[in-house]
Amino acid sequence: MTSSTKEIEQLIGKEYDKGFVTNLEADTFLPGLNEEVIAALSAKKNEPPFMLEWRLKAYRHWLTMTPPEWAFVNFKPIDYQQISYYSAPKQSEKLKSLDEVDPELLDTYKKLGIPLEEQERLSGVAVDAVFDSVSVATTFKGKLKEVGVIFCPISEAIQEYPELVKQYLGSVVPQEDNFYAALNSAVFTDGSFVYIPKGVRCPMELSTYFRINAANTGQFERTLIIADESSHVSYLEGCTAPMRDENQLHAAVVELVILDNAQIKYSTVQNWYPGDKDGKGGIYNFVTKRADCRGVNSKVSWTQVETGSAITWKYPSCVLTGDNSVGEFYSVALTNNYQQADTGTKMIHVGKNTRSTIISKGISAGKAQNSYRGLVKVLKSAENARNYTQCDSLLVGDQCGAHTFPYIEVKQPSANVEHEATTSKISEDQLFFCQQRGLSPEDAVSLIVNGFCKEVFKELPMEFAVEAQALLGISLEGSVG
Amino acid sequence: MLSIKDLQVKIGDKSILKGISLDIKPGEVHAIMGPNGSGKSTLSHVLAGKEGYTITGGSIEIEGQDLEEMAPEIRAREGLFLAFQYPVEIPGVSNIYLLKAALNAVRKHQGLTEVDALDFLALVKEKIKLLGMDEKFLYRSVNQGFSGGEKKRNEILQMAVMEPKMCIMDETDSGLDIDALQIVAAGVNSLRSEKRSFLMITHYQRLLDYIVPDVVHVLADGRIVKTGGPELALELEQKGYGWIGQVE
Repeated sequence: MTSSTKEIEQLIGKEYDKGFVTNLEADTFLPGLNEEVIAALSAKKNEPPFMLEWRLKAYRHWLTMTPPEWAFVNFKPIDYQQISYYSAPKQSEKLKSLDEVDPELLDTYKKLGIPLEEQERLSGVAVDAVFDSVSVATTFKGKLKEVGVIFCPISEAIQEYPELVKQYLGSVVPQEDNFYAALNSAVFTDGSFVYIPKGVRCPMELSTYFRINAANTGQFERTLIIADESSHVSYLEGCTAPMRDENQLHAAVVELVILDNAQIKYSTVQNWYPGDKDGKGGIYNFVTKRADCRGVNSKVSWTQVETGSAITWKYPSCVLTGDNSVGEFYSVALTNNYQQADTGTKMIHVGKNTRSTIISKGISAGKAQNSYRGLVKVLKSAENARNYTQCDSLLVGDQCGAHTFPYIEVKQPSANVEHEATTSKISEDQLFFCQQRGLSPEDAVSLIVNGFCKEVFKELPMEFAVEAQALLGISLEGSVG
Repeated sequence: MLSIKDLQVKIGDKSILKGISLDIKPGEVHAIMGPNGSGKSTLSHVLAGKEGYTITGGSIEIEGQDLEEMAPEIRAREGLFLAFQYPVEIPGVSNIYLLKAALNAVRKHQGLTEVDALDFLALVKEKIKLLGMDEKFLYRSVNQGFSGGEKKRNEILQMAVMEPKMCIMDETDSGLDIDALQIVAAGVNSLRSEKRSFLMITHYQRLLDYIVPDVVHVLADGRIVKTGGPELALELEQKGYGWIGQVE
């Protein structure tokens, strides 16, 4: 091991600074999963009967399924009976305003860098904060209501807009879609619901901050966003979790429905606890995200920056059903220490003249394994479909791995599918050059990595781009090739 | 400014520099010439602090400070600049971003406030004009897709922005056609001052037609075998490096 490699490792070994636990009285179910637990959960949420039926159908199907094993990740099997499926901060009544929110809880958000009051006043970003399983405060609701935008916890939507929920929930990711999606469908506790009416351009960026606080609770969010004809919305999702020794499971489902001429831009910055430098602890992030471009000329754009989680299993996908619809996927996935990421996307071309773009940047440091897995599927019906895929990997140090698993299935002869892939290493010459220009080794690595990710960062909304760059700096401080 | 005393350097077990002494005063321009394998590039790398070399004897001081103790970035912030023979490419990082980061690293080290984006833009535009370069340079990724000449000019731009006191130029003339060479030389000449010293490492005399040195050293087999004025370079050009052996 060269001295420079050692230096990198010291730099990388920076502690996770979001690792604090909030002491709140919580209302938590005992661990275990069965139909009674699901019924109790549904009752807790005051759900209409159709919802319980929907959950039970998912649960019964889930019992017949086995976890997927094709991903390039390794972990001990999860005991689903050891997980508690409901945890909520104890609050006697529903809150009318932020003033009524537990001050300690608000303080947690402050530590995360999202002071809600300030956000409400200053930033123009509406935040739906999910604290464990309950959505605590939803800001900016009023202003959004004026233009007819619905932005609320999905638990609330189930009660107040049951018709919309019935029509769209599970229409993109069916209950039986995959093992984790089925589990989510059975036990999801909260998440966000967004409906943008016809012709409305959402006047602000919508944002949800997820945070897993209580020990041994799986967090199963469910997010449903519907962009009605000719509407437009940009949605930001950020995630953190405190440090815990036990691995925590996070199996979310995100469904996007995009109708004629509508657009959704969905941006994620995920820095969940990745485990310590020996690979102990950390979040398991097994997420199903899918967008259905149902309408003609509809467009979806996924942008993700993933620096956290011990294991990531995530493939935000686009089903391009409508003619001329467009799907985009821009991703930065950074893994360090013992992190494992198997992530990528699926582009399913169904309609005519559908177009998709995939730009994936994987960065691997320490002993981490980073895999890109992407499917481009062009059905017979998708005349003149086009796809462009660019998949770049950057290695930092000599003990990590980068892997690319592209799958291309084309049934339509007029389709045009391109795939480019590169793997590179931060070279000692690059590092020395930057140092000779006065930069410390850690700033040099951060500069080079940020340059590598530029194509993705430019797709992020401004304030997110700044956060993403800072995150990469923290997650990767000082690495040498 | 730069004082090198009996410097001995090895790569692995192999002796490359076998006792070099140099004394460069403020404002002076020195040239080191020598055949391939004489240790020219090793000297520039060792001065800038590149890894992979072992200093087995002697000392290097910049303004009385021991250089050997300093990390490469500290040397740079102290005002030691190396114009690389082969400038590296950094995809996705714009020139202007690197230049600003470099300048601010130096300023912070000197206890000055960092320059904000607007002030920096004004400053860098002035420099780029001075060097007769196109502003588009600023927004391209560092050296990516640059021609050989553009890369070398870019090094001079970095030098102009960082305003170092000791500039080492490693074979800056290599790979340049005569037009590019003249442009680069004009840039360097515009940066000459009483307070700034240069050490030019070169294989050929032609660079020295445009940047006229005060002192010329001839390096052969890890030793300085001859020192003289600019006329030494001409003599060397006429007689070839073989002549050095005879002088010894």
